Amino acid sequence: MDQTVMGFVTSVLSAAVAAGTPILYAALGEVLTERSGVLNLSLEGTMLVGAVSGFLVTVRTGSLAAGVAAAAVAGGLIAALHAFLTVTLKVNQVVSGLSLTLFGTGVSGYLGKPVIGVPTPVSFKAVAVAGLARIPVLGDMLFNQDLLVYASYVLVAALWFFFYRTRPGLHMQSVGESPETADALGINVFATRYAYTIIGGMLTGIGGAYLSLAYAPSWIEYMTAGRGWIAIALVIFAMWNPLRAMLGAYLFGGIDALGFRIQVLGAIIPSFFLKMMPYIFTIAVLIFATARSRNYRIGAPAALGVPYERE
Amino acid sequence: MTEGVRKGTARPVAPPAASARPVQSARSGWPGWPGWSIKVEKRLEISPFWRAMAPVASIVMALVFGGVFLQLTGYDPFEVYSLMFKGAFGSRYGLIETVVKATPILLATIGVSVAFRMLLWNIGAEGQIYMGAFAASWVALSFPDWPPLMLIPAMSIAGAVAGGLWALLPALPRAIWGVNEIITTLMLNYVAIYWVDYLVYGPWKDPKGFNFPLTPQFSQAAWLPCLGTTRIHLGLTFGLAAAVAVSIMLSRTRWGYEIRVIGENPAAARYAGMNIPRNIVLVMLLSGAIAGIAGMGEVAGITHRLQHGISPGYGYTAIIVAWLAKLNPAGIVIASFLFGGLLVAGYAVQIFGIPADIATMLQGSLLFFVLGGEALARYRVRIVRTGKERGAAASAAQG
Repeated sequence: MDQTVMGFVTSVLSAAVAAGTPILYAALGEVLTERSGVLNLSLEGTMLVGAVSGFLVTVRTGSLAAGVAAAAVAGGLIAALHAFLTVTLKVNQVVSGLSLTLFGTGVSGYLGKPVIGVPTPVSFKAVAVAGLARIPVLGDMLFNQDLLVYASYVLVAALWFFFYRTRPGLHMQSVGESPETADALGINVFATRYAYTIIGGMLTGIGGAYLSLAYAPSWIEYMTAGRGWIAIALVIFAMWNPLRAMLGAYLFGGIDALGFRIQVLGAIIPSFFLKMMPYIFTIAVLIFATARSRNYRIGAPAALGVPYERE
Repeated sequence: MTEGVRKGTARPVAPPAASARPVQSARSGWPGWPGWSIKVEKRLEISPFWRAMAPVASIVMALVFGGVFLQLTGYDPFEVYSLMFKGAFGSRYGLIETVVKATPILLATIGVSVAFRMLLWNIGAEGQIYMGAFAASWVALSFPDWPPLMLIPAMSIAGAVAGGLWALLPALPRAIWGVNEIITTLMLNYVAIYWVDYLVYGPWKDPKGFNFPLTPQFSQAAWLPCLGTTRIHLGLTFGLAAAVAVSIMLSRTRWGYEIRVIGENPAAARYAGMNIPRNIVLVMLLSGAIAGIAGMGEVAGITHRLQHGISPGYGYTAIIVAWLAKLNPAGIVIASFLFGGLLVAGYAVQIFGIPADIATMLQGSLLFFVLGGEALARYRVRIVRTGKERGAAASAAQG
């Protein structure tokens, strides 16, 4: 095969993984949250807050680890607010998520103003995994990435194992499916929902930090550009399964990367239409996933979005 | 309760078998720390005092919260708040701008509130505003020679139709397959914004516009009349008329009754033979059409041309305003003016180097404090010692 075609395919695939990773982190966080029965729609705002706090801390300290930690803490804080409003006060989960989205957007814009255009002292760089990176195409795609991408592989495997092979994983799912039963079994429904909402928010925050510290790497206002919402759609598409979420995230990343590549090649299609692609694709995928899951009767955790009230 | 959330019949998860830990009692709504926990109890009745105080207390809390935030980031909250207040309400110019900004917020909020009444989450008002602005601009640019009495109604109809059709796109999959409209309406916002950007950066760009992303100016016939020499335009009347019309529709007509029943109790509505899919489509059409008119008002009343960023997020502000006003049309009118003021206030402090995003942040925090405040009025939060509580809860569980 032609060397340039190979090169193009490899570069698109490898960009697909990079573009998919922030969505993957957010989607994995949301899978955790939703599996425990809480619908958190604030991902877009949480990612922005994660992105800006990770960036600010990294600029201040020069440490990527500190930046990622800050993003996780910030994401966890927003999620904790959501948990307090929805689990404890039983506020409508959709409205709470939307208000936190707007709040997060505002906070990120406010905090980020001074660092617009400021370069980071350090950013995540690709580290090839010795040996594995030499596999043609796939090696470059999967094993010539940065540390946060490798961490996401571990996370996917860990979550899969947690859901399907451990007792706490089962407890969490029972809280999402039938909180009454879980409560009767002695599982603390409220604490479980708090815990997984907060952990979910932390992962979402890290997804945001991936944008500002690895993907961009810089702070741009509203830089998530709908990725938080795409992640929510992805959770439905993935049927709450971390492995499928990973596949889906790279598919979305691929659409994103392909559009960008076509633009660079000097396309006849105006760039605005290419920029619309991920959003139109999300709608199409969501319609497909919903229509299909209706036929096969597989879907959301049964108690998703329903506050639990102890009698 | 959230109709927006798809509830498939999930495969049952095997409950953890017999070896599960012994039942522990006295669980409260908070993962407690040793010895103490926060207990949330439902009140049987909301006291009139709290019912009246909750919104006021919530707004004060939101301001305090924002103030702490300002303080931590190195600003004097009192100074910033007084600048904001003066900017929005302290001068004739500020007041006029507040009304100008309130106009599209009012229309968009009336639009989304109709859908919210049915628990139909139309988060797409922003996109519907852009499509309304696009269609109205198309009419204005295509028929510049028409007299105002023909052109302005034609633009209004075009704006309403375009906004309505843009909302129909997510309404159909929702009505047919139950596709989550929160995500589809939101995704279409981005598509609409890029569509308008394509036009103003591309085929519709004003050749004499120094390369700015805007179309040529409309002919004078397409300008909405203004109040005196101010920028307050006829769109405000559209907004107030829409508020009255929707209010009457919801409270006095059969259709309004159906919308309210479906929103409050979908099962009962289905039992009563109400056609829910048909109502989803009709309500989304109406909701989008009203938001579309907001877009028409912006191009015909303010900019007199289509341009990049025609709405700085009015469609999102509308969501907050709708919930703050509890979907009540009269409340929406008042809240729209407050939020118009908040936007103007944000721009006003920008001159002093404070990011205008403070306004967005306050909007978001206002809503969650109001939500929290309302819930707190319904519940009572007590900090209790778990040691004593455990015995009490256990005996209560037996009784």
